[in-house]
Amino acid sequence: MTRCGLMPEADRVLVAGEASGLVLALDEPLSFWGGFESEAGTIIDHAHPQVGESLAGRVVTMAVGRGSSSASTVLAEAIRLGTAPAALIMREPDEIVNLGAIVADELYGITMPILIVDEPTFTAIAAAERATISPSGTLTF
Amino acid sequence: MTLTLESRDEAMLAGDHGDAVALAMRVITRVAASMQADSLLDISGAHIDSCLYHGQAGLDFALRLADDGATVVVPTTLNVSSLDLLHPELYRGDDHTRSQALALMEAYEQMGCKATWTCAPYQLQDRPAFGDHIAWAESNAIVFANAALGARTHRYGDFIDICCAITGRAPAAGLHLDAARRAAVIFDLSAVPDRLLELDVAYPLIGHHIGKLVGTQVPALTGIPAETSEDRLKAIGSAGASSGSLAMFHVVGSTPEAPTLDAALGGNTATTHPVTAADLRVARDQLTTAATGERLGAVSLGTPHYSVAEFGRLVELLDNRHICDDVGFYVNSGRDVVHEIALRGWERQLTDAGVQIVTDTCTYITPVMAEIYGVAMTDSGKWAYYAPGNLGLEVVFGSVEDCVESAIAGEVRRDDTVWADA
Repeated sequence: MTRCGLMPEADRVLVAGEASGLVLALDEPLSFWGGFESEAGTIIDHAHPQVGESLAGRVVTMAVGRGSSSASTVLAEAIRLGTAPAALIMREPDEIVNLGAIVADELYGITMPILIVDEPTFTAIAAAERATISPSGTLTF
Repeated sequence: MTLTLESRDEAMLAGDHGDAVALAMRVITRVAASMQADSLLDISGAHIDSCLYHGQAGLDFALRLADDGATVVVPTTLNVSSLDLLHPELYRGDDHTRSQALALMEAYEQMGCKATWTCAPYQLQDRPAFGDHIAWAESNAIVFANAALGARTHRYGDFIDICCAITGRAPAAGLHLDAARRAAVIFDLSAVPDRLLELDVAYPLIGHHIGKLVGTQVPALTGIPAETSEDRLKAIGSAGASSGSLAMFHVVGSTPEAPTLDAALGGNTATTHPVTAADLRVARDQLTTAATGERLGAVSLGTPHYSVAEFGRLVELLDNRHICDDVGFYVNSGRDVVHEIALRGWERQLTDAGVQIVTDTCTYITPVMAEIYGVAMTDSGKWAYYAPGNLGLEVVFGSVEDCVESAIAGEVRRDDTVWADA
């Protein structure tokens, strides 16, 4: 990872925090409820192309959210258990996902940053091996 | 855009009404900021999804609020929980989960929520009216409220539902506002034969199909016969909120904000996607993981909860015949609807025919079905979408007629004549 020139900034920081990890680029949106198992941190949606992959500790790129309202609780539980992604990078905000991260922060003081980025940055992170996020939303990858 | 709070919001945030209200207001303002809302608005009701147990975090949050004495300030209904309180003997999960789930349910009742335990609060006597601002969670209820009732709720997740209920406030953003409710894409079903659109089985498939394509856009559906029933709108919405993030849709000539296509678009220009019978057949096959002719282990109907009209149809289809003893036949419904069908004498008739009615919860979220030998069938797009992952079952999607005939035969049967040239 080399730092030089302008470093990409998130368009918006929905949940601020520091994170670093291997990147996992989701090929399709995932519903955390019904599609993800919070104890193991893995994708269980049989219709998802990455079923079986672990999200734990990864910087996950997911363009948009999907599915059930209960996803907020499942994500908050995964954050509590330490099986959640290190951070989520999205193209569009998803309130259901945000809520899980906001409430985990309020209850346990554990942050899982959520950033909204533009298309070129999204594509570049998705192709990177590792990414680091600063509390102000600067991305290094 | 910055969020401007009224003095009453500031007072809640500052803790003037206690720590629980302050926490609730903090969650609302954080979400409002992420939605780029410039203010909060008053709501007239809430529907809580957070009462379904998914782990310690949900219970920790509820107890933080309830133990501080928080109570709801608007009429608030409760979604399905993990337990069927009226048929507790059906529960096959572990004792720890049962006691945690029960504690969660009690916390929400303690905060003044009504013990409705249904994912179809729109089937209750008191339901939101056109134009009402509400804070509903549960994806199928959200999309039904917006599309079929013309009430206004954003696509809320767990936690903020109860925060809105105890503060009476919600972000003035998203689907609360006119701009986000207008159609941005058109799905034209004129090419689908009328004989298919006359059948209930078409509607979950329409929802599944558009849910996969629509992203976060609001679709307008054209080419569907006028005055589509509420049960069919429920089927479109719940399937589309499972295969995608459908939170609002218009059916031109049926839903209240779409008397015409122009009204649904509200000045937007939109691309039109034609939908064919072949698309619906593909949807049917995507919701099916097993073949016809296989041994049938179980049937599950009522996801979302079965309505009185749907129960009436089921009684008619069973026509005094008995379901095979080795087929578990489950129908999920709300306790208020079950009370109504009991008064009509249908509950007894169904039970005598071998139907197990499940209330307060649903067969795909909690272990209530007995051991299943064979594949499962359903007429629900949502159940078919989630059951293979949640329950590890092989599933065949079919019409309610197919489900009944299969349950009487003991093997999976599907009337394919409607799909003959699709």
